[in-house]
Amino acid sequence: MCVAIPSKIVAIEGDTATVEVTGSRSTARVDLIEGAQVGDYVLVHAGFAITKLDPDEARETLALMSEVGLI
Amino acid sequence: MSELRARIIAEARELAEQVCLIADRPATLMEVCGTHAHQFARYGLAQMLPECVELLSGPGCPVCVTPAGEIDAALRLARVPGVTIATFGDMVRVPGSDSTLAEQRARGADVRVLFSPYEAVELAEELDRQVVLLGVGFETTAPGVAVALIEARRRGLGNFTVFCTHKRLMPALEALIAAPDVAIDGLLAPGHVSTVIGWGAYTDFVARHRVPCVVAGFEPHEMLRAILALVRQLAEGRAEVGNEYPPVTEEGNPKALAALEEVFEPCDSEWRGLGVIPDSGMALRAEYAGFDALARFGVTVEPGREDRRCHCGEVLRGAMRPPDCPAFGHACTPAHPLGPCMVSSEGACAASYKYGGAG
Repeated sequence: MCVAIPSKIVAIEGDTATVEVTGSRSTARVDLIEGAQVGDYVLVHAGFAITKLDPDEARETLALMSEVGLI
Repeated sequence: MSELRARIIAEARELAEQVCLIADRPATLMEVCGTHAHQFARYGLAQMLPECVELLSGPGCPVCVTPAGEIDAALRLARVPGVTIATFGDMVRVPGSDSTLAEQRARGADVRVLFSPYEAVELAEELDRQVVLLGVGFETTAPGVAVALIEARRRGLGNFTVFCTHKRLMPALEALIAAPDVAIDGLLAPGHVSTVIGWGAYTDFVARHRVPCVVAGFEPHEMLRAILALVRQLAEGRAEVGNEYPPVTEEGNPKALAALEEVFEPCDSEWRGLGVIPDSGMALRAEYAGFDALARFGVTVEPGREDRRCHCGEVLRGAMRPPDCPAFGHACTPAHPLGPCMVSSEGACAASYKYGGAG
């Protein structure tokens, strides 16, 4: 399933990032994107960040998902 | 209702109205992403687009397009003494010719469900067993498996292999467009695969076949934007590539594409419902041949048997809507699925059964 929930990078160690969605944390590899930084929003697919997201659009998507109870 | 939600719902309604206004005849569109099938049914988009758009489900669910013969080979690997199967959860209940990984696990096979292919590398480091990763999925999932293989090679892991059944999207689209029993007016291109391959990957296809193709996101209003763009092209007699999913760029994800290129090369591959499609699979390159699970354990892929009552093949190429299958909801339900389209959360039959209405 393509989960299109924007994840926010809150820490990076090597190629592994800690990502957060509404307070829940998990890890994601960042080998496949360029220049991942703390604060970036990314799409995570099967444990790998596959693209960065525009922060404003990511925040709007999160707000919407939160309202309709998806996250 | 909040302002944001009200705005999105209003946008979706307006988009749907515009679609129906513009469509001078019913447009037959096809999605090739299991999540699109799921969302279309979940949000009742078919009901919002009465008699102006029919959205067919194509072969976008990776587990669903994996033929029974490949599932059988995975089951044989699971039965090899000392082997631990590492897989995504969707594969566990998919029926092969006469069993599932879940049944093999109940009989003592070691089957672990992983979230990320990289975990399989770490599992191989921890276990004194042979870890076989089932590499299933399109260009979205395959780069992660490629990274796992690159890392396994770097570490010199001798107990890690992959059963590689990855599929490539574009050759399947070519096969679909050539299928005699399905006429498609436009393609709703998958958002996440497109983040990897880029919207530029569709340019040649669209030019040759004169079929418009628009990349879509996953929220209802995002899907409707893409549907509107497709219908507008059809009404104006255009056939172009469009992108309605902002994260997607023309060139895609260069690092993911480089990882795929490093590890895999195109090979002919069998798809459930579509048969063998030239260059539609991913085989390990010679440098990674030592990580081929089939070769290491002497397992071959033999033709499989599918339940005769199952019409997943027709569903996967858009030739049959799930509710039109004689087994749908009777002999075949999510609790007792006959085929993968009812098993996987991305399957068109599972989506149709769960949310009703939209095929």
